[in-house]
Amino acid sequence: MNASSPVEDFHAWPDAQGRFGDYGGSFVAETLMAPLAELTEAYTRLRSDPEFVAELDRDLAHYVGRPSPIYYAERLSREVGGARIILKREDLNHTGAHKINNTVGQALLARHMGKPRVIAETGAGQHGVATATVAARLGLKCVVYMGATDIERQKINVYRMKLLGAEVVPVTSGSKTLKDALNEALRDWVTNVADTFYIIGTVAGPHPYPMMVRDFNAIVGREARAQMQEQFGRLPDVVTACVGGGSNAMGIFHAFLNDRDVRLVGAEAAGEGLSSGHHAASLAAGRPGVLHGNRTYLLCDDDGQITETHSISAGLDYPGVGPEHAFLKDAGRAEYLGISDDEAMEAFHRLCRTEGILPALESSHAVAQAIKLARELPKDGLVLCNLSGRGDKDVHTIAAREGIEL
Amino acid sequence: MSTAIDNRLDRRFTALKAAGRTGLVPFITAGDPAPELTVPVMHALVAAGADVIELGMPFSDPMADGPVIQHASERALRHGVSVAQVLEWVRAFRRDDAETPVVLMGYLNPVEIMGVERFAASAADAGVDGVLLVDCPIEEDATAAPLREAGLRRILLTAPTTAEARLQRACELAEGFLYYVSFAGITGAARLSVDAIAERVADIRKRSRAPVAVGFGVRDADSARAIAAFADAVVIGSALVESLAGSEDAGQVEQRVRTFLEPIRTALDR
Repeated sequence: MNASSPVEDFHAWPDAQGRFGDYGGSFVAETLMAPLAELTEAYTRLRSDPEFVAELDRDLAHYVGRPSPIYYAERLSREVGGARIILKREDLNHTGAHKINNTVGQALLARHMGKPRVIAETGAGQHGVATATVAARLGLKCVVYMGATDIERQKINVYRMKLLGAEVVPVTSGSKTLKDALNEALRDWVTNVADTFYIIGTVAGPHPYPMMVRDFNAIVGREARAQMQEQFGRLPDVVTACVGGGSNAMGIFHAFLNDRDVRLVGAEAAGEGLSSGHHAASLAAGRPGVLHGNRTYLLCDDDGQITETHSISAGLDYPGVGPEHAFLKDAGRAEYLGISDDEAMEAFHRLCRTEGILPALESSHAVAQAIKLARELPKDGLVLCNLSGRGDKDVHTIAAREGIEL
Repeated sequence: MSTAIDNRLDRRFTALKAAGRTGLVPFITAGDPAPELTVPVMHALVAAGADVIELGMPFSDPMADGPVIQHASERALRHGVSVAQVLEWVRAFRRDDAETPVVLMGYLNPVEIMGVERFAASAADAGVDGVLLVDCPIEEDATAAPLREAGLRRILLTAPTTAEARLQRACELAEGFLYYVSFAGITGAARLSVDAIAERVADIRKRSRAPVAVGFGVRDADSARAIAAFADAVVIGSALVESLAGSEDAGQVEQRVRTFLEPIRTALDR
């Protein structure tokens, strides 16, 4: 894409090489090119296979619990004093987040490809749990790579994965967090390609992952778009979602990409503030580079070394971002703004108090962004916010931050 | 065309072929075990029989490398080693060695952040002869175009899993040498089926306009000798990096280079 030429159809991306304009692609070691080609071929074939689609739809309906409702947060909206805030309730899915939409799809793909073993990387453990869950259901062997630092921070999810029959492998290289878990999972895959399927948890990584993970999550936006028409008689003025790797945001944005009047706003983790250096806002404060198989915005120093990130929310604590978000940013189709730890915490409490909904810390960033956006709009305005996950997993983190011993 | 530009790699492989010898290509991570040892180690490698030096540019996220090279990379980064610093070491090496080709091996991001064109010009000026970018396959060749334009050889990788059409393309694009990864895995793993490698390499050599070097899993004189029977060159990385780890001074590291490399050189020339 030439940066100056306007994008005609946002649904036409990526191209055959997996590029979203200047971003995406397949920047991987030679040994991964063959398994990626095999995966692309299988996915391209199965995505239009009526039997596969029916099987996936059945699982989404009866195992995941789709469709998830949209919910008008009336008390929250009134308290904020602006437009109406509508929540897309992905927190009500089985396992408590949008992550399962993708793992159900990829695990079915693994079974169709005859791969008896699945691997995954995880940061907070949500994607690891969602992978272990579908692996248990399909009888697949499951290995989850997790940074040693994250294992310490997320003991409950580690135990959940073990209960589900997964092996959790601590990663002690680099910063011992999500990015290193992803490196380690890629190393496993390269070594065990014959029997192993790598379930990536976000819209990053080499082609076809950004496209495939987006496709599996796009049901969120398709449902929400129809639900808005049905219940409010029109599309929302703005759609917002939190962005770490960016899978829930891509999922809800996708159906709206060609609705040019609908503003799209991603909420990145500004941590202790964009100027503090302690954040994970790759789009708002990073630069284009190459990491984990794709060209995208990332956080690195002037010598190209990836820098450590910070967010109160482990799920947003990643130095890169999906390439399609990079593309949408440069094309001016979506905006990406920072929400600090404190703002996310405030939104967390506000949603608990006004609506009886305990959001994940990741999703609290989206709620904080929705509150800001609602204030800018008239009372009859509509802000659609993806409530990507529930916050039970974060109760310990929140208590510790507030000095409360459980 | 860039290949018309005189390059030490081409001269070295032409000379090896004329002499009927197998090339020895040791890999070290720049800045490991200590920044001040990199240039002495490079000279020690040449003295112990290296034909080409592969110098690893450390990266924070070396996704294709096994634990040995990951740790070497981490140690180097703790010493603050940058791309610019690596180029300075090559320049320093060149002051005393005008002939031994040097190939830089690394990941794309540090090169992109420096700017591929600026990197290519600086590397050529410092005396680098080839560049191997691990995460830049032939599909992304456009990104690496400035390397060729600066007269550097772009070293390509092929693997046992490389599909036929892509292998043909790699053989056509190959320059300097074509690096054959002897199995699907990360660096440093220890699996070798010599017959399978021999068959594949024979096929590649028939098609490639560049010589073929075999690496990944070559650890010692015996495995190197087995590969030498059918390859133009042998690359040794992890086992060497491991043997140098923890060296405290130039004397010690030079001794370790001799102990490690000389038996391999002898085996190759037998």
